[in-house]
Amino acid sequence: MREALEGSLAIARAVAMAKPDVVAAYPITPQTHIVENLSKLVAEGDLHTEFVSVESEFSAASVVLGAAATGARAYTATASQGVLLMSEVLFNIAGLRIPLVMTVANRAVGAPLSIWNDQSDAMAVRDAGWIHLHCASNQEAVDTTIQAFRIAEATELPVMVCMDGFVLTHTMEVIDMPGQAQVDAFLPPFAFSRALDSADPRTVGTLVDPGWFAEMRHSHHAAMGRALGVIEKVDADFAKLTGRASGGLLTVTGDPDARVGILAMGSVVGTLEAGLADFGTEAGTARLIKLRAFRPFPARALREAVAGLDTLIVIDRAISPGLGGIVGSEVSAVLQSMTAAPRVLNYALGLGGRDIPESVYPALIAAAANPLAPRFAVFDADLDKLMPEDR
Amino acid sequence: MRAIDTSLPPQRPATKTAEFKPSLLLKEDHHLCAGCGEPVAIRLILEVIEELELTQNNVCILGHGCYGSFIMLMDVDSTLCLHGRAPAVATGMKRMRPGVAIWTLQGDGDMTSEGLAEIMQTAARGEDVTCFMLNNGVFGDTGGQMTASSVIGQRTKNTIEGRDAGYHGNPIQLAEILSQMPGAGYVARGSVHNAASINATRKMIRKAFQRPMDGHGLALMEILTMCPTGWFVPPGEGAEYMMESLGKVYGLGELKDAGAASDDDSDD
Ligand SMILES: Cc1ncc(C[n+]2csc(CCOP(=O)(O)OP(=O)(O)O)c2C)c(N)n1
Ligand code: SF4
Ligand SMILES: [Mg+2]
Repeated sequence: MREALEGSLAIARAVAMAKPDVVAAYPITPQTHIVENLSKLVAEGDLHTEFVSVESEFSAASVVLGAAATGARAYTATASQGVLLMSEVLFNIAGLRIPLVMTVANRAVGAPLSIWNDQSDAMAVRDAGWIHLHCASNQEAVDTTIQAFRIAEATELPVMVCMDGFVLTHTMEVIDMPGQAQVDAFLPPFAFSRALDSADPRTVGTLVDPGWFAEMRHSHHAAMGRALGVIEKVDADFAKLTGRASGGLLTVTGDPDARVGILAMGSVVGTLEAGLADFGTEAGTARLIKLRAFRPFPARALREAVAGLDTLIVIDRAISPGLGGIVGSEVSAVLQSMTAAPRVLNYALGLGGRDIPESVYPALIAAAANPLAPRFAVFDADLDKLMPEDR
Repeated sequence: MRAIDTSLPPQRPATKTAEFKPSLLLKEDHHLCAGCGEPVAIRLILEVIEELELTQNNVCILGHGCYGSFIMLMDVDSTLCLHGRAPAVATGMKRMRPGVAIWTLQGDGDMTSEGLAEIMQTAARGEDVTCFMLNNGVFGDTGGQMTASSVIGQRTKNTIEGRDAGYHGNPIQLAEILSQMPGAGYVARGSVHNAASINATRKMIRKAFQRPMDGHGLALMEILTMCPTGWFVPPGEGAEYMMESLGKVYGLGELKDAGAASDDDSDD
């Protein structure tokens, strides 16, 4: 049913339809509305779950770990500093191959303190071993949340659903909410193959000596590789059921014949689509690549998506100081093996909530036309504000 | 004596005869909600710092909560640390600057939820620092959710039917716990709900600064502050609501004063 909903409320309803056995969370802007709406659903009797209001994100992640280890369907949500505080547990959850779902309402990481949107939080834990799916709209975030439970349970890997803080979480959008019957058909009850069960004792997680650690890491990496296919299949199955796909690993839109491509993750894709529509004729068209799966990284799909491009601009919503862009560096690395790889320009945009206007589109196209354009830049930084040595 | 005629508006505007803000407050206005108790508590702290002539000899370490926005309004050395970690940061500073009054500005969420380990361990080590906890029983800054200090029956955004001991657990009465610890030399609980409590609290704040400076260990100064927004009551009803809810659980007064014998505070 199509309804105008705030992103966070829609996510809470989607989570409720997945019928989690346990929800544990600690409040942090801009995740708060998701969890508040969940607690409201519990209070109104529309969600039967063990709702644990814990004292920190560290505990939130630990509670869902413990719950999921018993075979429960578990959910948490956080952002920014919360992701960082959880980080040790995030590695633990993934290393133990515990399937669960977490929403990250993407927000900058301090210092300096910022409550506004960028994607530094998710990027900081990219190596924790979680599947990372980035959503460009609230519709995608709702559909991806439901899919995430199935992906997690099929792969025995935890899934992080990333949605831009405020831009998505606090924005009203007309959303086609799936019905409970559809979700039930799509998402069977969770049956965890390694659930702790005292009738059949086992150990989940132990000290591993050097004779096994490398193999464990390799198997985790291999499972991530297999997850590529699972993500695509789950999205295709969801599309069969609802008529709506959520973007698989990545999607290509815009002008397929353009020689310039722009790759981005999250809500900025919508801004670029609008920029292309409004400025494309004048400024020049582009192929737009919306990357949904950041982990596992869809190298092959990406090489296919960029074939024929002269220049690929990769948008980063975070930076790795001392290197530059993160998505941009990874894209450059996987394109190395192409015979005719496009030139990659990597631009960070919208850090700490800096507004990304549609007019960024012609500015990016102009950069692509400039042979001397820098390979990396914080594209929208006003360098005049800085001391000369920092410009 | 001539009676003042109050039937008409004043013929002359009132004359401002003195500055009413402490010198350490850079501006009189703030961004906190109407009826919020935190600005009152912070103002008291700043006044005491001035009284004790610590203006050039103190550092404030702020946690995360609504009070954090005062970092730009207070004319004191300050640093904004991570949520809950202020007592640990204070430890590092105090060890390097033993002669300086190091104080933390935290909330109940910051201190009793996220940062419980830091305050407990800092007290256990007996660090000579002053820790303020502005207790309003909610995470005000994030919109009014339950903290470890929310009282039984209290309605918050995630205890919509009221905090239930069986489901949500019981409040942590941190001051009572710390008062049992040898490393905490001064533990007191004040409030800013009326003029009398403000005066009493100001006296306790003085000792909360003096005791660690005299080597008696950590001082925990808890102050009950109104949060009408997070309690979903009109601003004017904050004080009454507070004493009906938090006030019933969190008794006011000094819980411990290891320096009482050496007290030369002739203020009262
Ligand atoms: C690790 C981490 N998690 C969550 C937050 C979000 N956060 C900011 S302020 C705050 C609430 C603080 O509550 P309290 O200390 O009681 O202060 P109040 O706003 O009530 O004055 C929270 C949870 C954060 N900054 N860092
Ligand atoms: S939310 Fe509560 S603590 Fe925060 S400024 Fe408003 S009244 Fe004060
Ligand atoms: Mg509080």
